[in-house]
Amino acid sequence: MKHRTFFWFFLPTATAMLLFIAFPIVSVAIQSVYAPHEQVIVEVENCTPFGCTRSSAIDQEATRALREAQPLGRFVGLEIYLNRGHLAVKELGELWRAAPDLGSFLSRALNLPFYGALAFTLTYTALVTPLSILLGFVIALAVNALPRALRGPTIFFSLLPMIVTPLIGGLILFWMVDSRGVLGAFIQYLAGDPTLSVKASTPLMWTMLTVYGIWSSAPFAFVVYYAGLQTVPQDTLESAMIDGATRWHRIRYVLLPHLMPLTTFMALIKLMDNFRVFEPIISFQAAAHAQSLSYFIYQDLGGETRLLSSAAATSVLTILGIVVLLSPVLVRTWRNFGKA
Amino acid sequence: MTETVRGLALSALLGATALGLSAGIAAAGCGIEKGRVSIVGNEFPAIQSVAAKAAECAGDGVEVKANLTADHQRINVAGMSARPAEYTTAIIATSSIVALINEDVIRPLDALVAAHGQDIDRNRLITLDGEIKAVAFMANAMHLVYRADILEQAGVQPPRTYEELLDAAEKIRAAGLMPYPVGGVYMAGWNLANEFVNMFHGHGGEFFKPGSAETAVNGPEGKAALEMMGRLASYMNPDFLTHDSNAMQAEWRAGNVALANFWGSRAINLTSGEGSTPEIAQNTRLGGPMTVAGGTTPASALWWDGWTVAKNISDEDALATFLAMKYATSPALLNERTMIQAVWMIPGFQPSAANEGVIAAMAAGTRPYPMRPYMGLLHTALGDNLPAYFRGSATAEETLAAVEAAYTAAAREKGFLK
Amino acid sequence: MSSVAHRRPLALRIALSGFLIAWLILAAFPFLWTLWGSFKVEGDFFSRADWRNAVFGTLTLAETGAPFTAQGYWGAWVKEAFWRAALNSAIVVVCVVCISLTFGTLGGYALSRSPYRYAFWLLLVALVFRAMPPVTLVSGYLLPFFEWNLWGHLPTAIIVLVAINQPFTLWMLTSFFRNIPKDLDESAMVDGCSRFQAFRHVIIPVMWPGVITTGLFSFLLAYNDFAVTAMLLSKENQTMVPKIASFLGTTQTAGNVMFAVASVVSVTAPLFVLVMFFQRQIVSGLTAGAVKG
Repeated sequence: MKHRTFFWFFLPTATAMLLFIAFPIVSVAIQSVYAPHEQVIVEVENCTPFGCTRSSAIDQEATRALREAQPLGRFVGLEIYLNRGHLAVKELGELWRAAPDLGSFLSRALNLPFYGALAFTLTYTALVTPLSILLGFVIALAVNALPRALRGPTIFFSLLPMIVTPLIGGLILFWMVDSRGVLGAFIQYLAGDPTLSVKASTPLMWTMLTVYGIWSSAPFAFVVYYAGLQTVPQDTLESAMIDGATRWHRIRYVLLPHLMPLTTFMALIKLMDNFRVFEPIISFQAAAHAQSLSYFIYQDLGGETRLLSSAAATSVLTILGIVVLLSPVLVRTWRNFGKA
Repeated sequence: MTETVRGLALSALLGATALGLSAGIAAAGCGIEKGRVSIVGNEFPAIQSVAAKAAECAGDGVEVKANLTADHQRINVAGMSARPAEYTTAIIATSSIVALINEDVIRPLDALVAAHGQDIDRNRLITLDGEIKAVAFMANAMHLVYRADILEQAGVQPPRTYEELLDAAEKIRAAGLMPYPVGGVYMAGWNLANEFVNMFHGHGGEFFKPGSAETAVNGPEGKAALEMMGRLASYMNPDFLTHDSNAMQAEWRAGNVALANFWGSRAINLTSGEGSTPEIAQNTRLGGPMTVAGGTTPASALWWDGWTVAKNISDEDALATFLAMKYATSPALLNERTMIQAVWMIPGFQPSAANEGVIAAMAAGTRPYPMRPYMGLLHTALGDNLPAYFRGSATAEETLAAVEAAYTAAAREKGFLK
Repeated sequence: MSSVAHRRPLALRIALSGFLIAWLILAAFPFLWTLWGSFKVEGDFFSRADWRNAVFGTLTLAETGAPFTAQGYWGAWVKEAFWRAALNSAIVVVCVVCISLTFGTLGGYALSRSPYRYAFWLLLVALVFRAMPPVTLVSGYLLPFFEWNLWGHLPTAIIVLVAINQPFTLWMLTSFFRNIPKDLDESAMVDGCSRFQAFRHVIIPVMWPGVITTGLFSFLLAYNDFAVTAMLLSKENQTMVPKIASFLGTTQTAGNVMFAVASVVSVTAPLFVLVMFFQRQIVSGLTAGAVKG
């Protein structure tokens, strides 16, 4: 295709992405190396219906001059990236020097917000991505083995976890796993412990979030694999059987290679989505036990005093994290590009 | 707090009641000729009523609209920074006004009050450095609620201090009446931090070092406050870190708890019997805020809700907004339905039994929630870091050190600390 | 594959059926439970005392005099005018799907037919764009949108959703178009068609399976979106999901939680119909495309 034609075909989508994604990314990157000006604070009297007290306020006149001179704020370089709320370089150094052994260093480092969140996010990503793809694959194989008449309704019910809004799906499950909810009671019955509460324990909360993640993203993998299975070349399968290949061999040497490109595609999408895990944390009210980078951004932007630079730095770190996570898959795609 | 302040606080409320008899202002209506009124605020029923009242001012040349949402804090600063501002008024509370002042998006109301607001009770004006920033219309505080029947069965008096509450909780548990007799709005984040603020007040703590933005929570008062909260938590349902006001209300209505520190604005939901059994509702009683550790200042904080006027709008719209909001928070607002929705600071307000707790909190000299520019950052730092203590993964000292470090990093970024 | 299926040993078939039944229960139970519970009162469905109340409707019977009540549906649809949110959702969803697919097919077709390396880099950049957390994007939009008076209107939310959805759409459609043999449109061009004419007359007729599948994913994204619509739409333009979230916020007013439950069921119902209608297309669409990655 000629460059000129390509340009016209690509223009609408490029414009949309440039305006609404690329510009924000650039401005976020700039924001992350600037911080608000030093505020001039004055002691003032503050009167409310409950009486007068001494309080403090920002001297708007004094601060305005600074703001107008440098509208972006003061340049701080990588300071925000390195501070305690993010990479916490100084704090890590201190912990390293103070810690008697590696184990206690690690456990203390995980109390730093960024590393604590990273621990959860990576655990979640590492478990949910492969397990949901695997579950989807097995469901696809099972549905494929069904008589045709039964396939329709089965597909329909299998898709349910994917098609309901994550926010609402999470809320309903949150109620069901309450210690007095139907699933909570069931779990207590299974564990034989009537005081067990999923919401009160960190390991159980992580497990619940992971199970929810697998449950809600398996249908995506299922649909994609099920479609893939329909295109498996029948002659290859037949000839494999004539050659005496076992069922496992057929899966291993015929099905899996055929479905490999699909797996790459899903791995890319799912790695990315899982690394940005956010909605389950809100709907399961899990913030006391599990946090993620997206949750930090939400916190920074939603507090009474918004931390824009901090949110910007966390966003940039999220993008970088995803690029690192995806790089093996991307290198593969790069190699395959010419062949396709 | 001194006697005079207590007197002031009471007169803000009760004095207003007396005034109400002579208030014939409402009949005059809004008196707006033209302009645009656009309200942003939280979605509590009381605020819904205020917005609905303001909407009565709409008409020929006057446009009134409202965006009431739980996300109001995420959009109000951006919405008021535009020129002209999308929102001409934001309904805010003690803590959320700070962001609007910090970003300089609301206008001083002195001129408008002087020209058109002489009938507004002076006590309702929120001033900072002598400038009027907002007009308050309702008050709120957290205070004790208890189940009279359960306390009687356990043979204890309604507690006046947190120590007595712990004692009562132990007796209720020991008598086998309830396994988790204490309820708490202890959800990780804003709510948990808010309870720490209350308890810290009770211990006589100061959040900041004098004349500085450096925090002072990492000290003996902070430690004592945190440990008291830990002791209380041991009598709460193990899920307490996920309990917000809604969850706590549901627990109460289900009869699972007998003692709690709860919002005055929601007391009516517990005593009305809706969604509950008559037995629970009839035995629900309100007390004042409790003290702790032998102190005299209650372990609670006073809150007000009020309205502001945006800076980046025309004077015409500002006047329209001022008049509409004045009308919406005038005696014209009060009727049988709205009267019980809040502790109104409006002439003609008649407190009912459900308001006793908040009035007691005002009378007991409870400290107001601090209105410092950097308090929001400290509140967030508390909300993020306190859960570690309740999970048992950090000691009180480590937790408070983490709060201090998180706050310092945030305050440095915002330019409050060097 | 059905010929293969017949030869499966009995044990394997039992194991597969058992697994499938277990999965179906896992997948469907929360929704059936919600459907059942939406006809109860709050005290039963969200019982703090005993979950069995939700089954037997103890409080529902006490409060309404019948074991089932449609109060939640009545409150949501009549009292709170949920239909208005449904209408807004319909507008948003239809527009997002149409615009996304138009932009996506044009761009995806170009990417699939370009032999140059920059096509790969563009795809890669699109992927990085998708890595940006939507929370950040949305709060970045607020100030300019307020400034230019764009905030609160449906078209604004629609174009934002289209843009956020473009990377995924591009990736899917590019792989679909790669599977359509190049000879098809190139022979048309040899016959004298321009590139666009070839696209119009040769590609469009055969691209539907892929487009429908991609469209369904766009549909789900727009239909289920909370982050964008909650922050960028004014009250009167609110779509369904933020409306439901606002029911949950106002538990100070009794019954609102049940409005939310009833609306959740109402929101899911059209999806049932949709999936039933399109399931064959989803599958055949994916078959034609993404398989080759």
